[in-house]
Amino acid sequence: MNNFLLLPIIIPFFFGMILMFGQKKLAYQRITTLLGLLMAIIGALGLVYKVHADGPQTVTFGSWPAPFGITMVSDMVSALLVTTTLILAFFIVWYGFESIGKERERFFYYPGVMFIITGVNGAFTTGDIFNLFVFFEVLLMASYLLIVLGGEKAQLRESIKYILVNVISSAFFVITVAFLYSVVGTLSMADIALKITEINQPGIITVIAVLFLMVFGMKAAIFPLYFWLPSAYSAPPIPVLALFGALLTKVGVYAIMRTYTLFFTHDLAFTHELLLILSVITIIAGCIGALAHFDVKQIIIYNIVIAVGVILFGVAQMNEVALQGAMFYLVHDMIIKAALFMLIGIVIYISGTTNLRKMGGLMKTYPALGWFYLIAALGLAGVPPLSGFVGKLLIVQGGFQADNIWSSIFILASSLVVLLSVMRIFIYAFWGEQGQISNDVNKTTYNRLFFPTMILVFISILYGVGTEWITTLMGDAAKILVDPSIYTDAVMKGGE
Amino acid sequence: MKTNDVILQFTAKLVFFIIFFYAVHIFFAGHYTPGGGFVGGLVTASAIVLLVIAFDIKTVQSIIPINYLSLVAVGLIIAGGTAAFSMFMNEPFFTHYFDYFYLPLIGKTSLHTAALFDLGVYLVVVGVTMTIIQTIGEDE
Repeated sequence: MNNFLLLPIIIPFFFGMILMFGQKKLAYQRITTLLGLLMAIIGALGLVYKVHADGPQTVTFGSWPAPFGITMVSDMVSALLVTTTLILAFFIVWYGFESIGKERERFFYYPGVMFIITGVNGAFTTGDIFNLFVFFEVLLMASYLLIVLGGEKAQLRESIKYILVNVISSAFFVITVAFLYSVVGTLSMADIALKITEINQPGIITVIAVLFLMVFGMKAAIFPLYFWLPSAYSAPPIPVLALFGALLTKVGVYAIMRTYTLFFTHDLAFTHELLLILSVITIIAGCIGALAHFDVKQIIIYNIVIAVGVILFGVAQMNEVALQGAMFYLVHDMIIKAALFMLIGIVIYISGTTNLRKMGGLMKTYPALGWFYLIAALGLAGVPPLSGFVGKLLIVQGGFQADNIWSSIFILASSLVVLLSVMRIFIYAFWGEQGQISNDVNKTTYNRLFFPTMILVFISILYGVGTEWITTLMGDAAKILVDPSIYTDAVMKGGE
Repeated sequence: MKTNDVILQFTAKLVFFIIFFYAVHIFFAGHYTPGGGFVGGLVTASAIVLLVIAFDIKTVQSIIPINYLSLVAVGLIIAGGTAAFSMFMNEPFFTHYFDYFYLPLIGKTSLHTAALFDLGVYLVVVGVTMTIIQTIGEDE
């Protein structure tokens, strides 16, 4: 009897519907969007508090008993991710007022954002594998709209690739769910976990595990399947890119994390070893890309790939420390990627180019922007007082505990490459001689772009400095990932 | 040469109503026999498409002056509202209610809130199909 956990999903959904009316009235669209996101944020914060106090919350739709209806489960993992999603969406929408362009705003941009949030939050919260597919499609459909909205040539070209790749991976998702259903005969995630434990993961389940890795890996951009991401993400405008970079790949990462800690835990030597190897190669591929490019967008986009590898490395260790680290790093990475995309969006706005070689000397004219970019860059690399530190520390500690000494050292070394890649932007764009400056830089527009970005960087600093307070929440999240019986008990025995 | 499609237009006027009532029939039959909101919506849309073929888009718009995008939004609100209604009754999301009523003329009937949800689906399907066809049709 507890619908509270649905608020972060259905509030954006209802506001998305309301926003479909009055599409030409900009003030109405903007105010309603912010209001809706604000209400959803309040609901999500309340949810985090409630999950912390009372344990995982569940609701099964339509008053049906647990494995037969669709269950929504909000444990600490999903509650934290939902809250992060909504806060990021709030700042990205705010940032978009000045940069997305009035034409797009008049053509269902805000409903698109609201529906993408609905899909992301639903995917984080659902407790049913087919419902997860449906929410994936909700967020993908909305992302198709956002990637093509505006109809520039590059957007049309890249959206075709993006849609093609995602249609194929969605078809594989359906096939994989069909395989799984034919083996275990249920779709409720808690029930699947119990059934797999009963039959002790025969070979066919391991095959399904690898298929799931392929499906979610395509969404999350892991090593052999990340080919679509760099070009597809460079097409849409910056606020959409920030939304995609911060949220979409992380849904795939979450899905891998959930399935590999809840379902496929009986043949670790094969499945998790595979995940470990793939995550390490993903990091290498991302590092090569991040160093090879002189395009600011591409550098940050390849940093998404690196971060996906680091988080999945944490998941592959399957011990409490590393999983806690993976949760820390996941939330950190969502915040910092949104902040970085917003920052480089301002840099591109000022200089009028994405080419690093043409930029230079912004430190003299825009010192605040430079210092905030430096803080965000150091935070991304994981310099101690900032947000990326604790997550990576715990992931590496977990790696040592699981006797993966060399790959853990490799994770540490990859931080240097990350630091180098983002520092290069700092050195080229902010130091040196005055480079190219766009003709139509407007001071008020700059300030309006800078203000939400600044607050987001502050949030990331708080996340790093206030680790002590967040640790208890992350500890709850790690416990439920390590011990699936908490999850299955909460669903099958009705929680409370 | 100007073609004269008086037979097509006259037949379309008649057949439109047959198709439309059939759509309403399968919409209401959905609970106990094959049918429901989705097919009902598609058949309704196909009836309107028949009018579009027999006449042209402008004429049909003046006959049926509906903004189909708003229709989609209204449909979503009806479907979502039906699902959310039970939240205010302190029961899980999507709980449906039904009861038997004695209606004049029809007699004892079972009324179920699932039909309201289906009405939402119906409106969304009609709205989406017509939006697609109109947008492509008007494109130069």
